[in-house]
Amino acid sequence: MSEHHHVVIVGSGPAGLTAAIYSARANLAPLVIEGEPSSTSDQPGGQLMLTTEVENFPGFPEGIMGPELMMRFREQAQRFGATFLTEKVTAVDLSERPFVLTVRDRQFTADAVIVSTGAQSLMLGLEAESRLLGHGLSTCATCDGFFFRGQEIAVVGGGDSAVEEATFLTKFASKVTMIHRRDALRASKIMQDRAISNPKIEMLWNHTVTDLVGDEQLAGAVVRDVNSGAETTLPVTGLFVAIGHRPNTDLFKGVLDMDDAGYLVTRPGSSWTNIDGVFACGDVQDHTYRQAITAAGSGCMAAIDCERWLESVAH
Amino acid sequence: MADGIVTLTTATFDETVASSDKPVVVDLWAEWCGPCKMIAPILGEIAGEQAEHLTIAKLNVDENPEIAQKFSVMSIPTLLVFDKGQVTKRLVGAKGKPQLLQELGEFLPNTSH
Repeated sequence: MSEHHHVVIVGSGPAGLTAAIYSARANLAPLVIEGEPSSTSDQPGGQLMLTTEVENFPGFPEGIMGPELMMRFREQAQRFGATFLTEKVTAVDLSERPFVLTVRDRQFTADAVIVSTGAQSLMLGLEAESRLLGHGLSTCATCDGFFFRGQEIAVVGGGDSAVEEATFLTKFASKVTMIHRRDALRASKIMQDRAISNPKIEMLWNHTVTDLVGDEQLAGAVVRDVNSGAETTLPVTGLFVAIGHRPNTDLFKGVLDMDDAGYLVTRPGSSWTNIDGVFACGDVQDHTYRQAITAAGSGCMAAIDCERWLESVAH
Repeated sequence: MADGIVTLTTATFDETVASSDKPVVVDLWAEWCGPCKMIAPILGEIAGEQAEHLTIAKLNVDENPEIAQKFSVMSIPTLLVFDKGQVTKRLVGAKGKPQLLQELGEFLPNTSH
């Protein structure tokens, strides 16, 4: 037995929830398969669930907390009739219509699918990571910063998320070293200025993390100078990783067109994928802008593209 | 404890986990932790469904930092499972309901999950 919906939206960040608001208002009663709770950005609400204050979302001049913003998106979608399933899609069959989405032992069919599965943060890929996760190594600065009061810690990365985490962590830590593999930050000017002017933040340029020290508790990070190859150990009790993202597209390999990095390819100026009736929006198809507002904008595009396409096939 | 979840503090912690005849799952959480909020309703459901087999409790680490420190908790949400007063399992990070039930399976009789 499977359950049928006009529109199924996979993923629930700003893109998926905006698509849900628009398609719900178009009386398409979308089902949002929103994902499962986790302590990484791969969770209902997406990357904003791990952020603190969002200062650049229009309409909130005082700023708004990331998780609260996402709860509001969700409530707005619910108000117009979107329904939610707090699980992860485990398999898709997009070879014929209706499309089939499997969630463990349940099947859902859909006339149209909107993919908004987003991107998740990359880890370092070190063997020691699984051992020390939750014991000094963290994927969530907002969750865990509190435990590092008065301690010396490090953040790996040089983009906006890395600077945001480092700045946030200075509320607790006595010193935050930013370990970056280049000699300049990738972060936006305003974020860079914040990091450089913060007396608690120290930059360690041209270094990568090659190993972690500590059996039951993190005691240090082994860092390598990318120019000389020399390795030293940075004595830190906390390490936060913000080295970038990869798109959540494993479900669609070999089915939907993607670029070399795994991002879904949409027809320029639209949310159309290579399969009619399957639309993509948000970070899963955007590695250029990657903002809540651009994700939301593309979610709106996907809902409108989807609604028009459904109308065209109905006639 | 309207939702079947017992609220613990540093003062009530030891006695509650030691005197319980069922395993006690303690959810260490804080207001500012987004993932903690996502698992709270799931734990509420489990508390209702598994009331015979498990006690579900929560402890705010912001207000009760001593307990987090005592058990070397450096990441939340962390779930500590106490059986006869001893920590027998430690789950770090938010998880979905099926995964949580699977992880807690050893404390539940013949679960279908």
